Formats: sequence, C-alpha cells, structure tokens
Amino acid sequence: MATVNLEHVTKIYEGKVEAVKDATLDIKDKEFIVLVGPSGCGKTTTLRMVAGLEEITKGTIRIGDRVVNDVEPKDRDIAMVFQNYALYPHMTVYQNMAFGLKLRKFPKHEIESRVREAARILNIEELLDRKPKQLSGGQRQRVAVGRAIVRNPKVFLFDEPLSNLDAKLRVQMRAELKKLHQRLETTAIYVTHDQVEAMTMGDRIVILRDGVIQQVGTPLEVYLHPGNRFVAGFIGSPPMNFIPATVISKNSAFWVKTSGFELKIPEDKVEKLGPYKDKEIIFGIRPENIYDKMFAVAAQKENTFKVKVDVVEPMGNEAYLHVLSGSDLITARVDFRTKASPGEEMDLVADMNLMHAFDKQTEKAIM
Amino acid sequence: MLKLCKREKIIVYILLVIYSSIILIPFFMTIMNSFKSMREIFLLPFSLPSHPSFRNFIDAWHQANMGNAYLNSALIAFTSVIGTTFISSLFAYAISRYRFPFRRQLYMYSMLGLAFPARLAIIPVFLMMKSLGLIDTRLGLIIIYISVGIPFSVFLLKNFIDGVPLEIEEAARIDGASAWMIFWRIVLPLIRPALAIVAIVRFVGVWNDFFFPLIFINTRSKATITLAVSIFFGEYSNTWNLLFASLTLAIIPILILFLIFSKQFISGMTKGAIK
Repeated sequence: MATVNLEHVTKIYEGKVEAVKDATLDIKDKEFIVLVGPSGCGKTTTLRMVAGLEEITKGTIRIGDRVVNDVEPKDRDIAMVFQNYALYPHMTVYQNMAFGLKLRKFPKHEIESRVREAARILNIEELLDRKPKQLSGGQRQRVAVGRAIVRNPKVFLFDEPLSNLDAKLRVQMRAELKKLHQRLETTAIYVTHDQVEAMTMGDRIVILRDGVIQQVGTPLEVYLHPGNRFVAGFIGSPPMNFIPATVISKNSAFWVKTSGFELKIPEDKVEKLGPYKDKEIIFGIRPENIYDKMFAVAAQKENTFKVKVDVVEPMGNEAYLHVLSGSDLITARVDFRTKASPGEEMDLVADMNLMHAFDKQTEKAIM
Repeated sequence: MLKLCKREKIIVYILLVIYSSIILIPFFMTIMNSFKSMREIFLLPFSLPSHPSFRNFIDAWHQANMGNAYLNSALIAFTSVIGTTFISSLFAYAISRYRFPFRRQLYMYSMLGLAFPARLAIIPVFLMMKSLGLIDTRLGLIIIYISVGIPFSVFLLKNFIDGVPLEIEEAARIDGASAWMIFWRIVLPLIRPALAIVAIVRFVGVWNDFFFPLIFINTRSKATITLAVSIFFGEYSNTWNLLFASLTLAIIPILILFLIFSKQFISGMTKGAIK
C-alpha cells in the first residue's frame, strides 16, 4: 500500500524530444488512477518513469515516503503488466509467475502457495503447466496479471494491458481488473488510449497531451467540467461539438450566436460568459445533449434550432445524426425513433444547461 | 506455401537429386572404399566392397595415432566452441541492448572479420603467437579459433537478440533479475536456436580445419584429427585404403553431432527470430 507522487517530473530524450513536461501528480493510497491521452502524449513514458525503466530528466518521484529517482526497478516494490504481456516464452505459466519470487529467495512452499492462490483468483489453475504460446490472448493476459499479483507489490502499473484483446474480451477483462483492484486494494496506475476504459476503470483520470497534464479528476468531473477544449473533445463518444460563436445580448438576455442559430444562455452561466459579450468564443455541446424536437420534453423557442440532415446512423438504441447548421457540422445523439432523413430540414433542441464554452485564444473552459 | 505445378515439381526434384548426388557420392565413395583393399580400390573404385573388412580402420587408427588426435580435436573444438559462443553472445548482447559510445563502430569492426579471412593475416598471427609462446600448443589453437569464430557468431546472435522483445527483459528487471540474470536466464534460453547454429557451424569448422594445425602444431602428440590423417598423403603416393578409413573415422563425430542438433539447427535457420 502506498502513495505515488510526481513532482515537476520532466523527461527529455537525447536532449531534444520533451516527452513529459513538468508533470505533478499525487496518487492516493489504494487509488486506481488512469493516464489517458492520444499516442505520443507521454502517458507510457510517465508510467515507465514510475517503474524505473526510464530515467527522469528533472523532478522527483516518490513511492510512499521514499524518493525513487535512482532506485532500481526491482527495489521499487512495483509490478507491471505490459501491453504485449511480456511473458517468458521458455517458461511454463507456473515458472513465469514464480520467477520474481524465486529471485527474491522466497521459500519454496511460500512460492507454491502464492502462485496457486493467484492462479485461483485469476481462474488459471489448470494452465499452470502450459507454456505461453499454448495460451489464448485472454489467458496470457491473466498470467501477466498473475505474475504481478504474486509479488504483492505496493503499486501496480498497467501499460495498455487490454489493447491486444478483442472487443468482447476487453470489456470482460476490464470488469475483472476493476474487481481485482477492489479485492487487492493496491495503488494502481493504468495507462490507456481508450477513453471508455479510462472512464469505466479509473477512480481518477489524468488526461495528457503532448507531455503535459491537461486535467486530473474523477470520470464525472472531467466529463461534466472539462478544463479545456482538448479534454472536452477527448472524453466522450462521439466527441463534443465545437462551434465558433459570439456572445450577444438581446432582449435583456445573453445568447450564443453561431452561423446557423441563436440559443439562449441560461442565467446561471451569464456571470461567467458576460465578460465575453460581443466577443468570439468556442461553443461546446455534447451530441447526447442535443435532442430531436419530436422527443424532447423541454423544447422551447430559445433552445431550438433548425438544421439540415446530412447523414443518419442508426445504432439500434439510439441514432447519430450528422447535420449542418449554417456552415457548422454538428453531431447529435438522438432517440432511435427519429424520423430524420438525409437532405431534409428538422428541428433540434439543445440542453443549454449542459453547454460548454471555451476561450477562443487559450481554449480554456470559461465556466 | 508456394504451389508448384507438376512440371515445376519435376524440375525441382531433378535439381535436388543432382545437388544431393554431388554431396553424397564423395561421402559414399569414402565410406565404401574404406572397407576395401588398395587393390580393390584401384580395380573397382565405384563398387560396393566385395570382402568388407575393418582392417583398414584398425591400421589407420594405430598408424595415425587417431585416438590421441581425436582427444586433441575434441578438446580444441569443444573449448573453442564454448569460448566463441560465450564471448560472442555477451558481445552481441551488449551491442544489441546497451547504448554506449562507438557501439556501432565496434560492431562494424567485428564484422570486418567476415570480410577478410584470418588466413590473410597468418604471418602477423604467427609472430604474435610466437611472442606469446603459444606456438605448438593447443591453447594457441583454441585462442585462434575463438577469435576466428567471433565475427560470424556475433553477426548471427546480434540479429537474434534484436528479435527478443525488450519488454521481456524489462519484465525480468522488475521481477528482480540482475543484468547477468537477464542475460543468463532469459536471453540465452530464448536464442537457443541461434546458439545451436553457432555451435554446430563452429564445431564443424574447427574439427575440419587443416590450415591452422599445419602452421602451429609440430609435435605429433598434439596433432588434431586432420593433421593425423594427413600422414597418409605421401609425397609420391597415397595410402588410399587407410586414408579413406581414417577420413571415415574423422567424419563420425560430426555426423553424430549434426543428427543430435539438426532439429535445433533447422528451426534456427528457418525461424530467425523469437515469436
């Protein structure tokens, strides 16, 4: 059990490429934290620095109370699960799991009991005598996790462990890993590029971009209150709509004016958006906060706008509409019973209580 | 798999038969003639022996002191193969995995040995060995064979080690393995097919070499198998029956070795990397 602290951690490769820039992060004891971001954002580098597989250019990393900057990976009391499992191909499942314990000179009976216990938890008892090449992807994944848990480390590190599995198995393993974490109560750092994985697994999520931490928060926090345009676009699927807009004042109210519509800004948001009067902003609205007027309960004139339907994607339980409003392309996630058909005009309703607004220059959230 | 039509298959088989014949006929003749008398060899060189006898083997064994030569060759071959494999795998591992100044240059330098045969430098090598007092010693030969074997072995092993996923080594580092442990317990077992190729190729090369023993060994008791066999080549005539018998005896260990390791050898040749 341990906390992990990163203080102003920077990684520069060969004096040129800055992979991680001034990252500061406090991970609580027993927390499941997910580092998420597009490829090349520095999430794996950050994880590898915590593991000790990458040297730190600047800053300090602590595991518990100990600064581990110059501590060998084996002495950090961590365990890591790799993307491609990294099982030892020439050893059986049992030997793979026992290897770390053997090197640490655990007594034989203790090794045996720990391996068997881990195998039982992960449901791989009957595979102990097999070699990795005789296992399926999911089984290999379990063995890799097993190898990590037998050591009973202070911190688990997961480097995109589910990305090599097929979609169905991924969902299943996702739940199992989460369950395992709840059972073992060990601090875990999990790296993924999949925002759904991040949302569903993490106690908190760290969103990275170009080596810089963009936002840290619980899944709901980052979904409801993204700190900037990047986070808003990265979390949520389909991604948030971003529409260039101007804040205007009309009929003693504030409105968002775009190339295709004018929508009234709710009063509780006026305080923050007021200073932007007659200025350009980026108006953000999630597809799931836009409704087909036919099925909207709170449709009013000031939150309804006319669009031209471009594409309809029926998903079964819902439908994605790609529509044109003025010169802006907007995606809406509407009721599956929608009558929208390409080329026709229709009315959509935006839930303006869930609107977002970003500064045009800094792209930071205005509220 | 490439599918061949019937005509193409026939051509392939004809070519294979021709190639096999070129390789096998001399073998066959050597073995057959080693059971014949001198007279029979000259009368019917291509026939099966009419009265097969082991007399030639016994005579050759004694006259060429082959028991002693076997021991010498085995000692030199085994020691130099172990030396080459050990040094080359360490060197290849360092070149493949560690980042240090002049790494590339060092690798290219070692590759020069593939381009230039060691025999080209025989005079400097001889002088060096002489100054070290290693002329007419088995140790001298072992040292030469180890160094001659390094370029090829490093080339092959480095390519194999490059194919071992780095994550496996990182996993071992986290598991608590030292650099030596990673090399010994993880990397070496994973490149076993390559080690088998190196071992066989070098063993055959050392066992069959005639050149270096001829230059460096003067005492008969230190002669290798090839040097021992050479006594049957006379200045004016050859003792063919004993020569064939002694050559047959000389081939046997290599054949056994190949039969034992052929599976590893072939898998190493075809696989080329670790999956």
